[in-house]
Amino acid sequence: MDSITSAASVVAAGLAVGLGAIGPGIGQGTAAGGAVEGIARQPEAEGKIRGTLLLSLAFMEALTIYGLVVALVLLFANPFAG
Amino acid sequence: MVPLPFALPFAELEVGQHLYWQLGNLKIHGQVFLSSWVVIGALLALVVVGTRKMERDPRGVQNLLEFLWDYIRDMAREQIGEKAYRDWLPFIGTLFLFIFVSNWGGALVPWKLIHLPSGELGAPTADINTTVALALLVSLAYFYAGLSRKGFRYFEYYVEPTPIMLPFKIVEDFTKPLSLSFRLFGNILADELVVAVLAFLVPLVVPLPAMFLGLFTSAIQALIFATLAAYYIGEAVHEEHH
Repeated sequence: MDSITSAASVVAAGLAVGLGAIGPGIGQGTAAGGAVEGIARQPEAEGKIRGTLLLSLAFMEALTIYGLVVALVLLFANPFAG
Repeated sequence: MVPLPFALPFAELEVGQHLYWQLGNLKIHGQVFLSSWVVIGALLALVVVGTRKMERDPRGVQNLLEFLWDYIRDMAREQIGEKAYRDWLPFIGTLFLFIFVSNWGGALVPWKLIHLPSGELGAPTADINTTVALALLVSLAYFYAGLSRKGFRYFEYYVEPTPIMLPFKIVEDFTKPLSLSFRLFGNILADELVVAVLAFLVPLVVPLPAMFLGLFTSAIQALIFATLAAYYIGEAVHEEHH
């Protein structure tokens, strides 16, 4: 792999995870905030809220993971390596 | 492709290196087969041991199995609905248990003690082929569920509530397996990578929290995969009430 391709791949891998983490980060913050509010209002519903929260957090996390998959492909299975 | 510059024997990580077996014209990843056989064997042994000499008051392994059955039944019933969940309970349960035991087995069993000529043993779900196969099985399952329960009326689902939804619903059929497989694969591989990188930087103590987080997320991923599979099947068998 020539040096330009490898440099571009590494930068792109960093960007893929870094940019991909922004949106889910905001979303997870909103979701967790809503859950805390819900528990504060109705402490007896904590178990149900926690289950739903964990499930939805994992869904949001999946979006970053897609970025991570792209980064891993660029680093370990680069199709442009030639 | 590029082996990471790891020196520690137990923290070595070989992404993209496989133990290739030749099967006819196919090249298969042997290490995935080996570790999934171990997982399948462990599950089979657990179930066989737990269902021998069953008692009215469950104890030990039988108790564990009954707890698991209750858990999976509740999950399937919640997503698929009272009418159809019994047909799909074995499928959902198998998916959940296989993925769960794979994820935890990959993290808890010291695979590094077994040396392979190439590649490394680990969670079978850290290989994209395993997760794609599981996700395509889910696709087949929900098509079969819908078609067998409703016949060709199943395709009404694509034009409900309006025909404008048709392209989106068709695209959804492709994105469902894509997101299912990538989510599982990415999470498990990410866990392994984080632990390996931390173990490379600081070999003692520091990777432990990441390992526990990994155990937690891999259990959640198994739950999510099974829940989503059940949800898709439930969507396919759901009857509209007019």
